[in-house]
Order: sequence, then structure tokens, then C-alpha cells
Amino acid sequence: MDFLGRYDLLGAFWVTVQLTVLSACGAVVLGIVLAAMRVSPVPLMRACGAAYVNVVRNTPLTLVIIGTSLGLYQTLGLTLASDTSTEFIDTNNFRLAVLGLALYTGTFVCEAIRSGVNAVPIGQAEAARAVGLRFGQVLRIVVLPQAIRSVVAPLASVLIALTKNTTIASAIGVAEASLLMKEMLENEGDKGILVFTVVAIGFVVLTLPVGVALGWLARRVGVKR
Amino acid sequence: MRVSRILGVGATVLALTLSAAACGGPTNNDTGTQSLVDRIRAEKKVTIGIKFDQPGLGLKTGDMYSGFDVDVARYIAGKLGVPEDNITFKQSPSAQREDMIAKGDVDLVIATYTINDQRKAKVGFAGPYFVAGQDLLVRSSNTTITGPDKLNGKKICSVAGSTSAQTIKSKFSTSVGLQQYGGYSECITGLLNGAVDALSTDDIILAGYAAINPGELKVIGKPFTTENYGIGFKRDDTKTRQALNGYIQEMEQDGSWKAALMKNFGAGYKVPQPPAITEK
Repeated sequence: MDFLGRYDLLGAFWVTVQLTVLSACGAVVLGIVLAAMRVSPVPLMRACGAAYVNVVRNTPLTLVIIGTSLGLYQTLGLTLASDTSTEFIDTNNFRLAVLGLALYTGTFVCEAIRSGVNAVPIGQAEAARAVGLRFGQVLRIVVLPQAIRSVVAPLASVLIALTKNTTIASAIGVAEASLLMKEMLENEGDKGILVFTVVAIGFVVLTLPVGVALGWLARRVGVKR
Repeated sequence: MRVSRILGVGATVLALTLSAAACGGPTNNDTGTQSLVDRIRAEKKVTIGIKFDQPGLGLKTGDMYSGFDVDVARYIAGKLGVPEDNITFKQSPSAQREDMIAKGDVDLVIATYTINDQRKAKVGFAGPYFVAGQDLLVRSSNTTITGPDKLNGKKICSVAGSTSAQTIKSKFSTSVGLQQYGGYSECITGLLNGAVDALSTDDIILAGYAAINPGELKVIGKPFTTENYGIGFKRDDTKTRQALNGYIQEMEQDGSWKAALMKNFGAGYKVPQPPAITEK
């Protein structure tokens, strides 16, 4: 076990946490926008929302992440950090990975929220319209608050999946937990099982409390019907 | 009546076959005491772990295998009396090589396998059959990178988590930007479209990429590490080690070694001196 001291395990898992939190924020914003588009009364918005969700949700995440680096950065020249900085490659890769993870996870958040919208009784929206609220107001004030409260549990699953999906970021060189695992496997070829176990425990330590906490929150805020 | 008699005969034959197989089994599979080379010579079959994705060294295209490692594998199999059709090639990615040998998935590993002490604790090595060194691959038009001392402010690409990537990090630290990707092909894409300035890993691997991109990419030729490629097999098998070392030397002396390098890396490749055997 003493070989673990030569590696910055905590630092690597900290990058994993940062990737998870930042992409989760992006994914929630994108998910709400997409869900609003998919339940809106405008056919073009519904079609665009549905097309985005179906294309991105069915694309392998590895492809999305490598696409951000080879496609957006290398070919289209999109840089998300200052090109002159010495940290340019690391910062740019990290932000590209956050972008890719948010674009991908947003589709799952959208579908979870949409299922929540469908669970809100139709009378709620009809009553809101009857008192004169516009579509945006109906969604913001009446429907979405109830919808999101009822989908905390499925969103927790999405968040846990996202935590584990951050390992794909190593494909474009983000120094998170799985890239450190690759380094450890390369250097300590005879301790493979041990390395796997340590990294797996690390992920369980991250995801288990998230599941428990959000499970508690789901029970607390869920709308009793 | 007739049917049951036929069934009875059938059952007897089956029982005899099974018991014969049961008796024959242990003597054939008794690899615990038998040396690997003896078993390969007796069975005329061998399973060899190679890389499937490295041009010039170990590459699978359809059902065909090519590369220097593959040629070494075929030469050694031939010396062990194994016909070419009886060689089974298996993919052995870097991180799985020790496990594949330990579990017996492969008999030999000839897959850019650097000999080092950590690995020697787990597997046996013969060789080296080639000495590589970490070098740089750049665009042919690049004149600013002339060696490892001219990398300040440059972007270097390598495979995520690999020894080469770790060497770049520890040797050049802050002055050099390191872009890591899951495989060499992404680095080559980046190199060709200018997103990175160089790809760094063992020179012989780079020579493979230079050979398939003639006129576009070139190897600098100033290696800054030493990687001794050996043949891996199960530990504590002196007889196998000695036999393999003998075959490697034969290959180097009868010209096949040089011919294999020329064949895989093209006319532009400068064939080095064969290395001395260190694993005795």
C-alpha cells in the first residue's frame, strides 16, 4: 500500500469533484431550457429540443468529449483559456471536458424534468392559465417548481452517473482520478487489483453520500399527492 | 431390443472415450514442471501477445498482422518448430501484459515490452531484442525543434498516463505544455493540423508513424531515455529464457533482424546496432 504515497490521489479526486460540480450546474441549466422547449406550445421549439436530446443522448460520451477537443478546439479553433498562459493546455482541456459533459448530461436532466412536468396534474396548468398567466409564467411559477420537486430522485441518479462519467475526460488528458489510475497501472503493473480497488473505493466515497443526501431531500421536498 | 443394444454400445464407447481423455488430460496439461519451450515444441502451438495498434511494430489490419514485433514473434515461433498457421496472436495492451502472462492467456509477450525491475518481479524476460529511446516526432516543416533542449513553450502530445507522458512531466515540468490523449492517433491528428508541436514516445514507434506519413512527419533522432524491449513469459523459467536469448542472437546474426527493421520502417530508417543480451 505504501506506493500510494507517491501519487496525488486526493488532488486527482478533487479534479473529479470539480468536473462533476461544474458540469452538473451547466447540465441543470441546459436541462431546464431543453425541457421548457420540449413542453412549449411552439412546434419549432419542440422539434429543436427533441432533435438535440435524441442526437446527443444517443451519442457515446467518449465521442462527445473527443469531439470537443479534436472538433471544437483543434479544427474550429475554439479556445476556452488564454492561449499565452503556461497552464493553457490543462485549463483548456478541463473547460472543454466540462462543456462536453454538460452538453451530454443536460439531455438526461431534460428528460427527467419533462417526466416531472407530465406528473403535474393538468388542472394546475389550466388553473394558472385561467388566472391569466402567460406560458413562461405558468412554467416558472406553477409547473416547474412542482415538477423538479418530484424528480429529485431520478436527478440523483443522473448526478451519480455524471460523477462516474467524468472518467471519460482522461481521453483528452484531464488529470482526474482515472488518468491517475492509468499512470499507477503503467508504473505498478503488478498491483493492478489494488489500484482498481482504491480508485473504486474513491468513487463510492464520492457517490454514496450524494445518493443518500438526495434520497433524503427527495422524500422531504416531494409533493404528496 | 435392438435400439437399446445400440444405445448400450454407444454408451460404452462414450464412457471409454471419456476415461481415455481423463487419463490423457493431466500428463498433457502438466505445465507446472514442464518448461514453456518444451511445451511449445511438443504441441507445435503458441499464443503470443502483441500490440494491435502500433504501425511498424504490431498492427492488425483485417486478419493480417504486421510489424517488427510480429516478425520477431514469427521468427522465434519458427525456431520452436511452430508452423505459421499455429501462431495465435492476442492483443496485449500495456496495462494488461503482466496479468495476461500470469493467467496463461498468452505464452509470450512481444509488445514493446520494456524490461524493468518492477516488471521482473512478476514476469520473466529474455532479450533485449531492441533498444528504443524516447524521442520526438514533428512536422517535416518544423525547424525550431531540433532536440529535447529546444522544447520551451512547445506543446507536446503523448498517450494519457503512459511512461512517456510521465517522463515529459517530470523532465520538462513547467516549460513544456503536455497534451494527453487516449491514443496515438489523436496526437497524430493534432500534430498534422498544428494543434500540438510534437508527439513524444519511443523512437521506434515514432518511426512507424513517420513511415506511414512520408514527407509530413519526421523523427528528431535524439533519444533522451533508454527502453530495453524484451520478450515476456512466466517467471522462473531459465530454460525458456536461454532458448529465447539464443534465437534472438541467431536472428541478429543471420540478417533477419536487420531485414525485419528495414521492411517495417522503410528505406529512410537508420538501422542501429543490435543490443547485447542482458537478461541471463
